[in-house]
Amino acid sequence: MARIVIDPVTRIEGHLRIEAEVNNGALRDAWVSGTMFRGIELILKDRDPRDAWYFTQRICGVCTAVHALASVRAVENALGIVIPENAQLIRNLMAGMQLVHDHVMHFYHLHALDWVDVTSALDADPQKTSALQESLSSWPRSNSKYFKEVKNKLKTFVESGQLGIFANGYWGHPAYKLPPEANLLAFAHYLEALDWQKDVVRLITVLGGRHPTPNFLVGGMATPINPDNVRAINADRLALIQQTIQEADSFVKNVYFPDLVAIASFYPEWTELGEGLGNFLACGDFPLTNGLYLPGGVILNRNLADVEPFASQKVTEYVTHSWYADPASDNKARHPHEGETIPGFTGPKPPYEYLDVEKKYSWIKAPRYEDYAVEVGPLSRVLVAYAKGQSRVTEMVDYSLEKLGVEKPALFSTLGRTLARGIETAVIAEELSTWFNELVDNIDKGDYKTINGEKWEPDTWPREAEGAGFAEAPRGALGHWVKIEAGKIAHYQAVVPTTWNASPRDAHARKGACEAALIGTQVADPEKPLEVLRTIHSFDPCTACAVHLYDASKHEFSKINVPG
Amino acid sequence: MFSTAKSLRGQLQSRNINRREFLQFCSMLAVTLSLPLSYTKSIAAILGQGKKPSVLWLEFQSCTGCTESFTRSDHPGVAQTVLESISLDYHEILMAAAGKQADIAQTAAMKENWGKYILIVEGSVPTGEAGVYCTIGGKPAVDVLKKFAEGAAFIVAVGTCASYGGLAAARPDTTSAKGVDQIVQGKTVINIPGCPPIGDVIMATIVHYLLFDKAPSLDAEGRPMFAYGRTIHEMCRRSTQFAEGEMVAEFGDELHRTGGCLWSQGCKGLVTRNACPVMRWNMGTSWCVGSGHPCVGCADRDFWDKLTPIYTTTV
Repeated sequence: MARIVIDPVTRIEGHLRIEAEVNNGALRDAWVSGTMFRGIELILKDRDPRDAWYFTQRICGVCTAVHALASVRAVENALGIVIPENAQLIRNLMAGMQLVHDHVMHFYHLHALDWVDVTSALDADPQKTSALQESLSSWPRSNSKYFKEVKNKLKTFVESGQLGIFANGYWGHPAYKLPPEANLLAFAHYLEALDWQKDVVRLITVLGGRHPTPNFLVGGMATPINPDNVRAINADRLALIQQTIQEADSFVKNVYFPDLVAIASFYPEWTELGEGLGNFLACGDFPLTNGLYLPGGVILNRNLADVEPFASQKVTEYVTHSWYADPASDNKARHPHEGETIPGFTGPKPPYEYLDVEKKYSWIKAPRYEDYAVEVGPLSRVLVAYAKGQSRVTEMVDYSLEKLGVEKPALFSTLGRTLARGIETAVIAEELSTWFNELVDNIDKGDYKTINGEKWEPDTWPREAEGAGFAEAPRGALGHWVKIEAGKIAHYQAVVPTTWNASPRDAHARKGACEAALIGTQVADPEKPLEVLRTIHSFDPCTACAVHLYDASKHEFSKINVPG
Repeated sequence: MFSTAKSLRGQLQSRNINRREFLQFCSMLAVTLSLPLSYTKSIAAILGQGKKPSVLWLEFQSCTGCTESFTRSDHPGVAQTVLESISLDYHEILMAAAGKQADIAQTAAMKENWGKYILIVEGSVPTGEAGVYCTIGGKPAVDVLKKFAEGAAFIVAVGTCASYGGLAAARPDTTSAKGVDQIVQGKTVINIPGCPPIGDVIMATIVHYLLFDKAPSLDAEGRPMFAYGRTIHEMCRRSTQFAEGEMVAEFGDELHRTGGCLWSQGCKGLVTRNACPVMRWNMGTSWCVGSGHPCVGCADRDFWDKLTPIYTTTV
């Protein structure tokens, strides 16, 4: 048995480390560790609850809208504030575009290099690449001249000897299977997506002032609507929003989704690898007047026939293998509000070579749902929506499976996770137009309201209040819990997607989703564990998010609701 | 002037960007740097040189918001080319290599460019408990920073965290988080605060160094004067409303919907220095006040503790 260490795990947000035992070229065991801690929970204590969104938004600058969103929802839930319909639509538009933006960038800039050998693109025939592009979609940048230019650009780049971010990649690794033309196509789109992403986020800039880290507000949105004023959402601004939605939808339909399916078709074995737990959780999101556009629910043991509703009371956490000094949570999982947690590093003194994985080995805690380890993220959302018969998701899933010529169980895999991300991107990119049109209809009817300010002033609040807010972050289900006392934050807690997915083991030695998914992975070259990165990246981990927010106070919580 | 195929100019040609567009871009950078337009040609010439300067980018206690902002840099198609005109030899979010391969790439880049590379740091550096609050490859962040800093030509601390300690350093500061210039001695450290800063300000600072082989004019806090020389309020279009006393009484009221002053809602523009009202964000699309929200003062030292609560008028 050889121990391999991957640290830093790159092309993810934050500081993640993997240690694994390799025997005869396969991973027999794996441990995932988050190696950074900030203590944002302690920082939030005693602050104005209306400021919480701003602090928690800095948990993560990548999924940069969702922590703010979960936070304002938690405070609104605690204070009993119902936001105006326009604010709901604006939030859906912002969170929706964030999801689309994030997923496209994840695919091209974080995940693609696991499947795409950039140097192989130098052997591509531009004419054949053009034919490939034209067979995939009607995207206009498809002629052989264009691909020749991209290839020359790459050639110049490689010949310069300064490979920058591409230096020392896994080029030429036997696990790469794409023909040169597909590699060139993907590289061209890697660059196109870099341009595209700057354009489409302007929807968020118009509505939230900037990107990353757009503005939110407890009670609605600070964005004023006034068709007659240049300092508000007017016809010009709406036209820009509409344009970004079209650009987003078009790129997803014509470039991202077709690329994803084309690349996946060369890696059929990855529809049978990297499943992990078989348990999936979604809290649901995108509130509409008649419910959530993407439903919440929990699936256990792959059983799509039985989706139980998501109930946040069933969330508990262990710190058996996490660097927190809370002995009571070592052996018994406790509801987030019941634990007492103080950071308490007990690992090897840095610099260290290996972690002591038999003991505590991560800053990430181990959340469980009804004591089950579960996976969150695009695959969980898509499976829950599919199982519940959400029509657009169902159509896209069936279409994708048919295109790839695989059956439903193929979804329970590394590639299934990556495919689900593309499916929901396509669904949400398309739905942005619906929300936009509803907003325009409201404005046409003279409804400019974006804020409910009735409970803005702290003197309108009860002395004690508590609440929870949920959002589907690009990486999965996100929950924030807040307790307010005398106008200040008494307790704040977040359980975030990567806490679920990159969870260490619990008191019963049960693995988290990433750890479970890695077991059995074959690595052609343990020195270059490209295959491990494929599965890890399929989860799109975000470690800054995952490291825990915690408060020392003990409280019972009763008021829990789903977004909306 | 643009002699080699490896130059930015060559890259621009290969991207079908003509000379006029390129000069336009250079003018934009000149304006950002508050240089006379006559410098445009110099900028074009410097960026057209062959060997790309090596840039190493480290993240510590960060949220990656600064990297995100840098990725949103302005002027479609060209900023991206500028990204290619520097050699980004280490950046954990973007680099292909991981683990041991990343380490090898990093060692090679440092060795080859020792004394010459630009080091960019994002996130604060925790100094408590012997560095256990942030490790990379098993090494404490503070050791990693010192090692990289030693061979750097100069250092750019991007964001309020790397500049001053930022969010993690807010009370009670459990991890004893520090800004770069509290740890590194004997090197020029340029602070580009903001949570995050505007991507083009980061870019322009690097370009200035390439142009003049030195840091832009810095104020006492190490901030480039071109971006942090004035307060938000001095440049805000709503300063007229401030002078006239046209204050938003509550979010959503008539004055809020017609662009009244947000000082009454806690705006910290009076004391905060940043370029937001002029440069704005995401291709000049908007900025916080432009979309109805007060400036919270995110580029100010210790803003997390001293300029909060956000919606309370404290300045």
